Amino acid sequence: MNRISIDPITRLEGHGKIDIFLDGKGEVANAYLQVPELRGFERFCVGRPAEYMPNITNRICGVCPEAHHMASTKALDALFHVDPPPTAKKLRELFYSIFFATDHTTHFYALGGPDFVMGPDAPVAERNILGVIAKVGMDIAGKVLKMRHDGHHLIKMIGGRPVHPNWGLPGGVSRGITEEQRAEIEALGRDAIEFAKFSLQLFNDIVLGNPAYVDLIKNDAFVSHTYNMGTVDENNHVNFYDGMIRIVGPDGKEQAKYHAKDYLDHIEERVEPWSYLKFPYLKEVGWNGFVDGIDSGVYKATPLSRLNAADGMATPLAQAEYERMYETLGGKPVDHTLATHWARLIELLYATEHWVELATDPEITGTDYRTLPTETPDEGVGCVEAPRGTLTHHYWTDERGILTKVNLIVGTTNNNAAINMSVKKAAQGLIKPGVEIKEGLLNTIEMAYRAYDPCMACATHTLPGQMPLEVTIRDEDGEVIETLSKNI
Amino acid sequence: MSAKKETKPAEKAKLALYWAASCGGCEIAVLGIDDKILQVADAFDIVLWPVAIDAKVRSIEKMDDQSIDLCLFNGAIRTSEQEYMARLLRQKSKVLVAFGSCAHEGCIPGLGNVANREQIFQVAYHDTPSTVNPDGIIPQEETEMPEGSLYLPLFYDTVKTLDQTVPVDYYLPGCPPEPERIWDALVAILENKLPAPGSVIGAETTVCDTCPRTRNEKKITEFKRTWEIIPDPDVCLLEQGLVCCGIATRAGCGALCPTVGSPCIGCYGPNAGVTDFGARMMSALASVIDSQDPAEIDRIISEGIPDPIGSFYRFSLAHGELRRLVANGNGKVQDPALETA
Repeated sequence: MNRISIDPITRLEGHGKIDIFLDGKGEVANAYLQVPELRGFERFCVGRPAEYMPNITNRICGVCPEAHHMASTKALDALFHVDPPPTAKKLRELFYSIFFATDHTTHFYALGGPDFVMGPDAPVAERNILGVIAKVGMDIAGKVLKMRHDGHHLIKMIGGRPVHPNWGLPGGVSRGITEEQRAEIEALGRDAIEFAKFSLQLFNDIVLGNPAYVDLIKNDAFVSHTYNMGTVDENNHVNFYDGMIRIVGPDGKEQAKYHAKDYLDHIEERVEPWSYLKFPYLKEVGWNGFVDGIDSGVYKATPLSRLNAADGMATPLAQAEYERMYETLGGKPVDHTLATHWARLIELLYATEHWVELATDPEITGTDYRTLPTETPDEGVGCVEAPRGTLTHHYWTDERGILTKVNLIVGTTNNNAAINMSVKKAAQGLIKPGVEIKEGLLNTIEMAYRAYDPCMACATHTLPGQMPLEVTIRDEDGEVIETLSKNI
Repeated sequence: MSAKKETKPAEKAKLALYWAASCGGCEIAVLGIDDKILQVADAFDIVLWPVAIDAKVRSIEKMDDQSIDLCLFNGAIRTSEQEYMARLLRQKSKVLVAFGSCAHEGCIPGLGNVANREQIFQVAYHDTPSTVNPDGIIPQEETEMPEGSLYLPLFYDTVKTLDQTVPVDYYLPGCPPEPERIWDALVAILENKLPAPGSVIGAETTVCDTCPRTRNEKKITEFKRTWEIIPDPDVCLLEQGLVCCGIATRAGCGALCPTVGSPCIGCYGPNAGVTDFGARMMSALASVIDSQDPAEIDRIISEGIPDPIGSFYRFSLAHGELRRLVANGNGKVQDPALETA
């Protein structure tokens, strides 16, 4: 059996590795995406006071610490049976909208976008953020840098730190905002809406205006008919901060809709001996292997999944874009993985619109931003949509609020099986007997998993660079017969 | 960054940035120096930085020893791969900096030293309620699949800091280091104004010294958990009974957490001249308690601070005098000796 190892440069540090096996005919027999790292939060958090968790679990991921901080803070609300005042909830959601807009911007321009803006066949040296800048101009680069700078500035202003905020408490937040701060948040939010509109226009002009790119999005190698997961509000519109978890099948029908606290009735995780990262699946459907379809419990939790699992967007501009995407791609659900980039931009627009909605809410500068808990803590679940998927924190404590058990299902973990399948399908679509394996193979496979913006257990850290890849093709004796590389 | 390579002069100093067991926040903090990153790219030939630029481990392996002028290494050492990279980069680098809390003190990953590999696997792959694992599968270093073998790195029992793995020249504290301090350190390196080898590159003062809150004489009769009180917005948090670690923590962040009403959690590590953060913190707290009676002081601390490890060794368990403990269910230290991996 021939083996193709696609090792990120991170191979030796344990942040993700792909092995593709070819059978005797030269066809792809199987592909594996391994996550060679584990840190053991669920064990070492036991014994800690529950209120430390927002400041411990944010260290799961320095790219999306805000997501862990928020899921953890919500878990504390549930644990202590305390309902935060309206100002606190709105401040959290404002903070979270700013974070989402900032994170999605980073992904689109630095990681996922270059494939489209430059084209998948562009020279490797140009297919990165610098290539994007060269193609679209410094004016646009300046907009991207301003968006990221504004986002981090406001995250620090509200949450205390640009990385690893220290702000969430059971029943609220540690500090509110002043009118002066609110005015700045609103002004930068209005800039952000224009930036999001501009980003969608850029996608429209460069990608949708090019039939070759549209064909690429619709290419069968990037199609995966799985269940979709996302959080929805009372109107079944996408929400990042709170709501019900909704699962929609590959047939577009609602399979389940439940409160996050009931996730154990719906989600199970499988262990494979070849990866430190577990594989969640839908309990009611069951695990039937790394296959898609209505009889497989494999699901996705991505920007595209959230749009598929919802009936629309809660803000007007994002809703118009939502309708346009589904019209263009032939209705719901969209199973084309590469459309995740488009969905991400629609979410960016929603995040910025919601940012301004909240920044102009009369309650946002209120001084009642904390409710002190009075009940005995016991058990609580907190859930938010992280940029890379539904994020669930579940804590159990003794009567003093000391943790006795912890369960975490983080964003990318939801997609672990689906990413493996997408990698395999992309490889099968490209690697054929008698067809020379070219550098384009590497990028095609890379695109298959880059659409997920994977951050393995928030551990693979593939953001925000181009991932260097190397393909080594060996014969059945293990001798190297060909080596292809990119970015290295 | 790759576009820079074409114009770089050959004599530029070589810089490597690497990450091991960490969260990626140090990388985001480096990117947080904004447009100054272009000055870094101008001043250095960046030979390794997996998150941002083209690079190749094998090309590092082929370099002469000590041919990298500066290596900023973040992350703790938890697996065999991470140890390999630490040894490789030490061998190839003239100056090795333990960058950020994980490399410096073990940080949150170092809390893993309350348990060992078997206990961590037991929880992750068996006990967690969403896990369904009737066959008792745990990840293996080698797995025989129908198509061939798959390999994973060895997961060690103990998290080690960088300087427990290889000799380290300097330390840059913080979880993560604030971008301004990263820039200060880079300027010091570029201008060859580094302190004595083995030093922490940072301030000599404490977070308290930079905190905007009003301080009076501290006389604490009772410690409070953060969810028990709404503190006065302008007065020292420690005086109000909250366990604020600013008193024992090196300055450098600008007292960001107390500024938004949250106690300092000590991510910048111990202040100058102190090696064991937890011991320093406990003695500092004992000194502000309004009692001279050792038994009374002990009662106030044990009642108000139910988790000394998480409170005082949250960022430094792997590096403090405890280094690790064998968890036996009651939280007591059984064997403080550091196991050799």
